Parts: sequence; structure tokens; C-alpha cells
Amino acid sequence: MKNVFLSLLVTTASACVLQLFLPWWTIALAAFAVAYFVKQNSFAAFLSAFVAVFLLWVVYAYMLSSANENILATKIAELLKQLTKDSVTTLYLITGLIGGLVSGLGALTGSLAAKRKQ
Amino acid sequence: MKYFKLLLSLAATLGLIYILNSKMGLAPAFGKFLNPFTGFWQNAENINGWKDEEANLMGLKEEVKVYFDERLVPHVFAKNDEDLYYMQGYITAKYRLWQMEIQTANAAGRISEIVGEKALDVDRMQRRIGMGYGADAAQEYISKDPESKKLIDAYCQGVNAYISTLAPKNYPIEYKLLDYKPEEWTPIKVALLLKNMANMLSVFEFDIENSNFVAKYGNEEFRKLYPDFVKDEDPIVPIGTKFEGGRPKAEAKATSNNEHRTSDLYSTVIQKPDEITGSNNWAVSGSKTKSGKPILCNDPHLKLSLPSIWYEMHLVSPNMNVYGATLPGSPAVVIGFNDSISWGVTNGGRDVRDWYKIKFKDASRSEYEYNGQWLKAEKRIEKYMVRGKGEVDDTVIYTKFGPVVFDENFGTADSKKNLAMRWTAHLPSNEFKTFYQLNTGKNYDDYINALKTYTCPAQNFVFASRSGDIAIVEQGLFPIRDKATEQGKYLSDGTTDKDEWKTFIPSEGNPTSKNPERGFVSSANQHPTDSTYPYYYPGVGVYENYRNRRINKLLTEGKDIDADFMKRMQSDNFNVHASEAVPVLLSLLDKKNLSKEEQNLADSIGKWDFYHNANEIAPVYFEIWWNELRALLWDEMADPKVPMKQPSFYVTVQLLKNDSTSVFYDNLATNKKETRNELVLQAFENMKDTLTAKHFAEAKQNANRGDWGTYKATKVEHLARLDAFSSLNVYNGGNRGIINATNDSNGPSWRMIVDEGSMKAFIVYPGGQSGNPGSKFYDNGVKPWSKGEYFEANFIATGEELGTKKLFTSTYKPK
Repeated sequence: MKNVFLSLLVTTASACVLQLFLPWWTIALAAFAVAYFVKQNSFAAFLSAFVAVFLLWVVYAYMLSSANENILATKIAELLKQLTKDSVTTLYLITGLIGGLVSGLGALTGSLAAKRKQ
Repeated sequence: MKYFKLLLSLAATLGLIYILNSKMGLAPAFGKFLNPFTGFWQNAENINGWKDEEANLMGLKEEVKVYFDERLVPHVFAKNDEDLYYMQGYITAKYRLWQMEIQTANAAGRISEIVGEKALDVDRMQRRIGMGYGADAAQEYISKDPESKKLIDAYCQGVNAYISTLAPKNYPIEYKLLDYKPEEWTPIKVALLLKNMANMLSVFEFDIENSNFVAKYGNEEFRKLYPDFVKDEDPIVPIGTKFEGGRPKAEAKATSNNEHRTSDLYSTVIQKPDEITGSNNWAVSGSKTKSGKPILCNDPHLKLSLPSIWYEMHLVSPNMNVYGATLPGSPAVVIGFNDSISWGVTNGGRDVRDWYKIKFKDASRSEYEYNGQWLKAEKRIEKYMVRGKGEVDDTVIYTKFGPVVFDENFGTADSKKNLAMRWTAHLPSNEFKTFYQLNTGKNYDDYINALKTYTCPAQNFVFASRSGDIAIVEQGLFPIRDKATEQGKYLSDGTTDKDEWKTFIPSEGNPTSKNPERGFVSSANQHPTDSTYPYYYPGVGVYENYRNRRINKLLTEGKDIDADFMKRMQSDNFNVHASEAVPVLLSLLDKKNLSKEEQNLADSIGKWDFYHNANEIAPVYFEIWWNELRALLWDEMADPKVPMKQPSFYVTVQLLKNDSTSVFYDNLATNKKETRNELVLQAFENMKDTLTAKHFAEAKQNANRGDWGTYKATKVEHLARLDAFSSLNVYNGGNRGIINATNDSNGPSWRMIVDEGSMKAFIVYPGGQSGNPGSKFYDNGVKPWSKGEYFEANFIATGEELGTKKLFTSTYKPK
């Protein structure tokens, strides 16, 4: 359990730093590396990375958008209404889901690679 | 097995990243677009995050201060003109970069680079009418004028300085949606933007449509339906004014032959807008105003779009102090005022495009006939870098008569004829210089001098000065046309010099009115002159006949005029056309056959005062009835294979009133021959059917539902046609032919009133200063605009004068 928290924290921090300079998909690299070095089962690796980037993206998006009083998020929710059903909340969820899935899969790959090594 | 799981997981990860990083059809690349670090969330700007800024910029000569006021209007204070235009470019790019680029991409025929093959035909049309060719000619000509070149270069440098500050996360949201990036700004793009404007405003020619009509229905019917002048003309230059610009020295001889015009039908034309709403401007002299000084007004009408077509700016240097509407991507103020003069524009609407039939020697199309000889044609290869497809090439053939727009490679399948288009926008010109001279102008002479070099699009430049002069000039470069053969009205012969443009009307010969006795000048896209004007121009029912009469009536009656009078006037909703059409329609309506409900409908139209106010219901009935009637009456002109122009509203009303037997009353869809009474009744019944039971119920319940403002549902549309970024269902009155010429998609793109007495200016436009849909300044002007409200311009002398209206200050220093 301790390792789950550890990997959650490290994934969040490294994904955040990497994205300041590199493309968005480097979250998968961060998750991969953390899962490779921090020992945990595959499911826990996936979950901790998923939760880490899900929260990172949703919280950061929320910070940006609330200062904007959701003017833009409302319009994007409308623009993508086939996905969001015109709901800003759904837009947040989709945003988090995309970040979570990519990093989760990166972590799963990392943990499987670590097992291979053993 | 472990390998298998690992590989599967790796493949899933990479696959998902690939999908989320690619643009799929219309959808954005979701990973790129939705991640908060570089995606759209970054464009969600802090609505209260205004703070002073400072930056050092490469290429700036001295310090420039930019004060932003409460509507985000920049007041740029520079110490020299180059820095001033550098900052104009920088600031405009900061708020409108995507708009600038998409409009030039459109002008240059490069939209398919961004959205793929679906835009290829649109792109080809742009290049085939010679947009790039005209821009090249202008650019080459401008670079010979060192002063213009220096200032345009400074502007471009400013735009590029801003672009170089951008990381992908800062790109305007449209780049993220469409997944591409900004490119360098160059002087050719400035030229392209002006050609784009010229193209939008050069649609007043119907050569091919007119030829088709004559071929089908003959000359006599043509004269009836498309007269050059009608009875109720109220031209820009008041009737009876002597034209001092002199008669043409070398009047074109009646050498053109008419025969070739009437022999063939053509199926391909340039699509013209369904309805043209036009523009207004006027200036009244001190004799009619409260202050004793002139007041100038202008509301140019264009397609209503977001980001707004205009960017409001105040530009100050030791050489000028000018305020007004700028065209994003192009230096100087286009419509505005300075401390001495004010000016505004409406479209001239003069025919500045002629179409020529070209005869090639053989299938190689490398030589064409001209006065019995074979001339060599030039070929320009247009390359299209189509997204998702690669390079596509198209060869456009250029002749003495311009580019061959329609030929075997372009146009409808059943038209393989070679048609070339001569257009004044292909000629070398420097429109920037005109605006620069207006921006720095002090008096009438400066204004006239500024206009001299102005070529296309032809505009009615209205003028007022603090010293008390008012004036108007229809300015543009116009070929001298032969009157006897009505040169330029129909398709022209491209095998001889007979229909060729030979000389141009000298600038001083252009229609001009200075300080006329009546105390005002005005224009609303009507005829520039009466028929005594010494130079011939075709006027086949393209000229406005209603707004001009209403404007001139109000200004003739007006006394002690002030800015409030002008505000009411710019929002005036009286429909002169309806006031003339309704009595005719009701007199032709057989009332004995009407049901009770229909009788009530007719009564409510009869009682109407002809104002198209938003909360009225009668305009809904009238407009549907009128449009149904036009569709039935002019069904002869609805065949897309033989494009023809529908006669003007004025001619239509006169025909219904005075002609009981016109061949056009026949409805082609039926076997019998209709009368005009039958048409009017049929249109009335169609109107009733169109108004659904739902509409009636709503209209009864609530006067606000189903009324004109709701029915018309004006849309201010985002340039990429995204509803989410548009203002929909804007509730307001007006329509085409009305001073407030706002229909469902076009209208006043800028309303300005300049009082030379108080030096106050009042401005409103349907948009906002920011091009970012995530900004509260994106569309904040739409509502005030729809209500006819205004903002007072902060025509400040120093930044401190803004006081509490100041949002923030940006200071830029040389690097």
C-alpha cells in the first residue's frame, strides 16, 4: 500500500514536470518509469498511475478554467457535445480519463517489464 | 506468456497515444486538445488577470506604451511611425492572429492546406480569379514606394515579433482544434487581405447572367426588367449637380459588336450572395447640427462574423493621432477619425469585373486570337499542398483579358467554354497609402489627395472636417466604357480589342459632392450619379433604391442634429420597400376567397406601419409573403443550369403594379397560365402554410415569440462556422433595404458616429476586441449592438487620461 502512494506521488510530480517541457504523452513515460522501479502488482501500478494523472489533469484544468469562470469550457463542452452532452463536468471527466488511461497503460507496461526482468 | 502481456500492453499504450495525438476527421486530436498543459484549457484566460506588462522587443527603435481601456481597446503611443506600425502589428497579432491567418489563407486559396480536400474547389476559385496574381502586382508596386514599404515592413516585423513569443500552448484555440501552427507574416499577406476585401465587394457584375437572360428572353424584356435607371433614383451626387470632372477626352468609340452576346447560354458563374445588405454613410454640415460643426456617420455592412472583422485601435505618434477600425493583418486605420478629420466608407458597387470569351488556336491553349493574330498565353501553375493528400497542381492561363477562370478544368460539367475575367483588383495599386494619408490628413485637400491612388474595391468615401467641410467621393479605378454598346454589361468578345479596357476615368472625374446646398452628403450603395454623368457605367438593378431615400428624407427633415439623433437613425427600422409593396400586394389580393384567419392576417399587414422592429409580427408575414411571391414570379430565373439575376425589388413592385400581362407571371411548374392575382394569392397561401400552427400559438401566447426578431434569428458566425463559438439568435430588428440593414447573417459590422463639434465619437460593433472565444471580450459588443447602444471612444491625449477606465499598460522597449 505504501508503494501505491509512493508511485502515485512520484508519477504526479514527474508527469507534471515532463509536461512543462515535453509533449503531453510523456505522461506515459513517467508512469512507465515509476512502475518499473517501484515494486507493486500490475493492477496497483495501473491504478496509481491512472489516479495520479487523472487528478493532475482535472485539478490543473479546474484551476485554469475556474479563473475563466468556465467561459471557454462551456463552449468546448458545446462543441464536443456528442461526447459531453453539453456538460462541463463531463468535459472534466473525459479530460481526466484520457490522461489516466494513457498513464495507466504506461504504468501497466512498466510493471510488466519489471516482472519480466525478475 | 509474459512477453505476450508485455507486448500487448505496450502496443495498447502506443496505439492509444497515436490515436489521441492524431486529428481524426472533424474531431480534434483529443490528447493534444484536452490536456491542460498545452491543450485548450490553456486558452481559458483569467478573466480578472489584467496586469501591467513590460517586454523588450527586437527591431523596436524607441519605447512604446500601450494603454488598454475597459473594452480592451489599445491606445498605442509611439515616438515614430515605424514603431507605431510595428506595435499595431504586434498587438493585433496578440489578439487576432488566427483570424489574420485564416483570412489570408482564404484569400490565397490555401484553406485546403488546413482542412484538406473538401476546400480544394474553394481554393481553386480564389486562385483562378487571380487573387494571388493581383496581390503580387500590388506588392511589387508598393515596394517601389519606399515610405509605404518601410511602414508595411515594420507592421510585419511586429506581427512576427509576437509570433516568435508563442509556444504551442499559447497558440489561439483554433490552431489547436485544427491542429496546425502559425507561419511567418509577410507583406504579400497584407496585399492579400486587401484583395480579399476587394473580392467580397466586387460582386456587383452580372455579365454572364445578363447574357443568359437576353439569349432566353430577348432585349425588350431585358430593358423592362433591368433598366440602368429607374424613376425613384436618389443618387449619391444630388440630381442636377454639374459634373466638373470634364467629359472623357477620348470617348470610347461604338466599335463593340453586340451579336456575340446573345448567342449562347452559360452554366457557370461566380456565386453571388443571395441578398446584399449594403452599407451606409453620411455627413451633415454645421448648418444642420446643434453644435454648428459637422457630424459624420458610417456603418459598413458585411457578413457578421466572429472574431469581429474589425479591430478597434487608437494610434498616436508625433505624425498622427488617429482612432477607428483597423483590418487585422493590415496597417493603418481603415474607417475612423483623427483630431482634424473623419471619414468612412460604403461599397461603390460599380461593375469592376468584365468577362471575355477567349478563343484558343488549338487544344494546347498556348495561343489565343486577338485582332486577327495569335497571341501567346501565359501559364501560371498553382500548387496546392492539400492536407492528407499531398500536392495538387492546377494551370491557370492568363490573357490580355485576365485569367481564364472557367475552362475545361474548372466550372460545371456542361460548360467547357473559356471565360477570362478582367478585374481592377489585378492592376498594380497601393491602397495602404490612401489610408496612411487619411490617417495623417488635416483637411479636404489632404482627403482628395489621399484618394487619388485608391483603386479597388471602389468605395464611397465620406468626409467631414473640424473646419466645417463635408464631402463624398466614389473612389476607385474605373475603365472608360462605351455607352452605345453598353460595354461591360454582357459577356464581352475576347478575340478583338473592341471590348477591351483602353483608358480609365481620371480620379477628378469620379463622382464627387462637396458642401452641397442641402447640407449633407450620403451614400447607401445607390447609383453614384444621375444619367447626366459623362461616363457610362452599367447599372442593371444592382443599386440600392430604398435605404438611400430613407436616409436622405431623415437628413432633409432633420434640424439641430446631434449624436443622439444619429444613433436613432443608424438603428432606424422603417422599410421603404414594404411601404411601397404592401399597398400593391393588398390591392391584388382577392379577399373574397379568404378564410377568417387569412382575412385577419391580411388585416394585420394592412394596419402595419412598415417598421421592422424586433417585437413586431407583421414583418414576419410580409417577408414570407414577399419571398414566396418572388419565388413564384421569378421561377424562370431559378434554373441553376442557366444562371440569371432576379430583378430588383423596385422593378418587381413596379411590374406588379403596372403590368397586368407579363410573361413572367406564368408559373412554369403548372400547365395553366397564371395571372398576377393568382400569384399573389398563391404566395399568400404559401405564407400561411409556412407559418405553422405552432408559430401562431406562440405568437398569441407571448408577443415576444414568433415576432420578427425571433423569426429572423440573426447569427454572428465564427469564421470556422462553429456554432459553439458563434452568437446565435441575436434578437434585433431591421432587414435589407432598411437603414438598420441586419438580416439573418449580414448587417452593420461597425457603427460609428463622429461629432466634430464635441470631438466625441460613439462606436459599437457586433463582436469584441479579443479573438479568443474564451475571453469575456470576445463577443461583449454583440448585445449592445443589437440594442442600438454605443460606447464612447476614449480619444485620449495621454495614457493618464484613461484614469479608472484603464485596464492595464504594456510597455515595450527596444532589445
